[in-house]
Amino acid sequence: MVADVHVPSESERHENRRKAQPGRTIRAKILRCDGPGQPSHWESFDVKIPRGANVISVLQQIARNPVTVEGKTTTPPVWDSGCLEEVCGACTMVINGQVRQSCSCLMDEYAPGEGDVITLEPMSKFPVIRDLWVDRERLFHNLKRVKAWVPIDGSYDLGAGPREGPELQSVRYKLSECMSCGCCLEACPQFTLEDDASKWDDSFVGAHAISQARLFNEHDTGKRLKKERLDELMGQGGVSDCGNAQNCVKVCPKHIPLTESIAAIGRAVTVHSIAKFFRGS
Amino acid sequence: MSSQQRVIIVGGGLAGLAAAVRVAEQGLPVDLFSMVPVKRSHSVCAQGGINACNEVARQQGYSEYQHFDETIYGGDYLADQPPVLEMANFAPKVIDLLARMGEPFNRTQEGFRDLRLFGGSLFKRTHFAGASTGQQLLYALDEQPRRYEAEGLVNKYEFWEFLWPILEGEGEGDDARAVGIVAQDMRTMQVRSFRSEAVVMATGGCGLVFGQSTNSVICTGGAASRCYQAGAWYANGEMIQVHPTAIPGADKCRLMSESARGEGGRVWVPRKQGDTRDPRQIAEAERWYFLEEKYPAYGNLVPRDIATREIFDVCVNQHMGVDGENQVYLDLTHKPREYLDRKLGAILEIYEKFAGDDPREMPMKIFPAVHYSMGGLWTTYKQGGYEPSSPHGDHKPGMLPPVDPEPGMGMRQGAIENSMTNINGLYAFGEVNFAYHGATRLGANALLSCIFDGLYCGMSVANYAREQQPSAQLPSETFERAVRQEEDKAKRLTESAGGAGGGSGAPDPETNPYQIAKEMGEEMTAACTVVKTEERLEQCLDTVGQLRERFSRVRLGDSAAWSNQALSFARSVGDMLILAESIAKTSLARRESRGSHYRLDYPERDDSQFLRTTISAYTPGDSDGHDVSYRDVDTGLVIPRARTYGKVESDPKAGAEKKETAATS
Repeated sequence: MVADVHVPSESERHENRRKAQPGRTIRAKILRCDGPGQPSHWESFDVKIPRGANVISVLQQIARNPVTVEGKTTTPPVWDSGCLEEVCGACTMVINGQVRQSCSCLMDEYAPGEGDVITLEPMSKFPVIRDLWVDRERLFHNLKRVKAWVPIDGSYDLGAGPREGPELQSVRYKLSECMSCGCCLEACPQFTLEDDASKWDDSFVGAHAISQARLFNEHDTGKRLKKERLDELMGQGGVSDCGNAQNCVKVCPKHIPLTESIAAIGRAVTVHSIAKFFRGS
Repeated sequence: MSSQQRVIIVGGGLAGLAAAVRVAEQGLPVDLFSMVPVKRSHSVCAQGGINACNEVARQQGYSEYQHFDETIYGGDYLADQPPVLEMANFAPKVIDLLARMGEPFNRTQEGFRDLRLFGGSLFKRTHFAGASTGQQLLYALDEQPRRYEAEGLVNKYEFWEFLWPILEGEGEGDDARAVGIVAQDMRTMQVRSFRSEAVVMATGGCGLVFGQSTNSVICTGGAASRCYQAGAWYANGEMIQVHPTAIPGADKCRLMSESARGEGGRVWVPRKQGDTRDPRQIAEAERWYFLEEKYPAYGNLVPRDIATREIFDVCVNQHMGVDGENQVYLDLTHKPREYLDRKLGAILEIYEKFAGDDPREMPMKIFPAVHYSMGGLWTTYKQGGYEPSSPHGDHKPGMLPPVDPEPGMGMRQGAIENSMTNINGLYAFGEVNFAYHGATRLGANALLSCIFDGLYCGMSVANYAREQQPSAQLPSETFERAVRQEEDKAKRLTESAGGAGGGSGAPDPETNPYQIAKEMGEEMTAACTVVKTEERLEQCLDTVGQLRERFSRVRLGDSAAWSNQALSFARSVGDMLILAESIAKTSLARRESRGSHYRLDYPERDDSQFLRTTISAYTPGDSDGHDVSYRDVDTGLVIPRARTYGKVESDPKAGAEKKETAATS
């Protein structure tokens, strides 16, 4: 992590937008890596930015002219991106030391002055593929662990689904906005880098998967798998591994009530385990 | 249960996932390829909703047939009518199914699905989940193939890029059939072939051809272009939808959903040119609600091409844009905060995040941007026979069929032709085909056409594949040759690396792929979108020709044999240029105005000559490169009528009293 940058607070960001200088040049410091097992190194680029620039447009400009501040021509940086409007989750990276989506990271908010520096690093809890691109397969794997789906009777027309009140819908909708970006995992002290896929099933499943388990437990048909989900979350790497640092909810870009989900699943697991104890199964 | 035959699906958005579910359900193994984890496909960007006839609308006089008619009228009659009728009839089933899968559709207080108004209709027939309907639909569908993954029926190849369709009997016209694909692992860069009995392209649109569009960065049109170069026809490529309301940005234009207008958003500019007051200080009488005045019936909800041209006209021709720039207000501030948060929260947050103003307090500033391609790979269908005694779709027993009960209605369920390209066994589903939207797509019909293709035509794919001789029995030479072709292409590009990692010296913008792409996007947006003219299109073809020449000397700047994104991008740029050329050529050839295709030099619709589908065939041997021809449109159900949406005249200097009447009518 780099010491000379910081994450602007909300009020600073508002202030920065107002005072941002048009036509300025900013410096992007990028932590680069050629591939798994290769050493990382920093490269810096000076970029004259247009109005409305974000991290993505800065990276695009660097790709068009990949010359470092030392005048060395280098390879275009590699990064993951998709929708660029903060609904796909792809372009997540660590910016000025904090994880977030790079598309919604505006230069006016983060680097309002001439020569201001912004640092870009790959997420640290997932293996780096190259430069800022990481492999988040484990995140999707964990969704399978908690059976994050509704078990329907096939895709034929079998009439309308269950009715649902607007209160429940608004709870489920909020949870369903999770875009599997992994911010909550990057910020979580209990979720650590694990290259060995055979160890994933015993490692902490993470806030996003716990919250998705809650989402599907709340659906009228989805709750048929509730017991199996709770079995998984009772075991090693389940909800009891949460250290209650509450970092997840602070970095979630969609403001999903992750700590509420963890608490709700925690209670459900307790009830489930007591019931199991008395049933003896 | 598992069969010897298997199906390849390229693309993991709504169309691809729906197809995967349906084909796997038939017991055929599916190999699903996607450049991104499927959950990050571009379908997440769809915001507003999904159309289907519903009980409330039905009791107000709406029907599947009217949904069909609106889609045809909206598309200015360019769509073949039977598939559109089938889609409209099927739509309510899609809604039911997705709700069963857990889609959190907004609900009424009684727990029924809530509905909203959308462009091109006077009835509420759009189902929605907040303002992120596409994201929610994709997530609901994404969960379903997982159970088939566990059974080994679906294999996902994520971060694999489709490079080429493998055809057997190439060069022999109609005999060619798709027997597999060449694909590349975007991490290890391994190139290999995959065999199958059918290939479904579900690769979405080509927004990146226009540079800054509302599309995701993966929507290059590269995959469609590769099929085109391999012999598939590209149809109605000139039909590019420019969405009226987007937030201009340095990297892309972010969509501001039509649902903002569906929920009451009003488009306006100050009546006085150069009025720079805070919009909240401008009185009602001093605001020009030009859409409401010109289209008293539909108001802000005219179809997209019309709204786009009106906004374009106000800003570019009349110089009435807000602050003298190319932008107009989209105003929701008259609606209660709680209402806006519940119905539109997700998109209002996007606006706030990127533009910095709270749209609940301050009118948004928006401008049109390239959004959707109605054109795409040409596909066919088998017409259905219509028997009044055996009810079809959702026409309930006892109801009179809405048109004469004669053959030619809808599509025939499960027929192998449905959504097949001109190459046997090569199918195209979703935005990548040309089938449903004619010359303009109505809002909230895209999600429908994607899922309809996947579910309804997925059956056709399974039926086709089952009949084929297993491709495993084919000689390996066919497959090896295709792999060699792609490896050579990749090698040529990486060897040209230049710059760091390959050589020395400063990068040259002349041959930088990112720079070439940028110039292509700017030229295509300027010449080939809202207003087109012969002169400008000729110039555009020249420019694209020069860019193609520059591309032949492209220097990658990265020679890495691992996760080389520059290679993937550069290869797509070459393919995009070919598609761009075809789009410009077909725009030039269509000497009329229809739907989204507006020719200043031919402003009228000309049914006698151009009520026909444009077909572009790639002919690299010719000097022309693209052979443009036309096919008749099946207009057997609805007779074309003038597409005016009840337009009347409106003038910004008109008196306030007159304006008030128009706006509130």
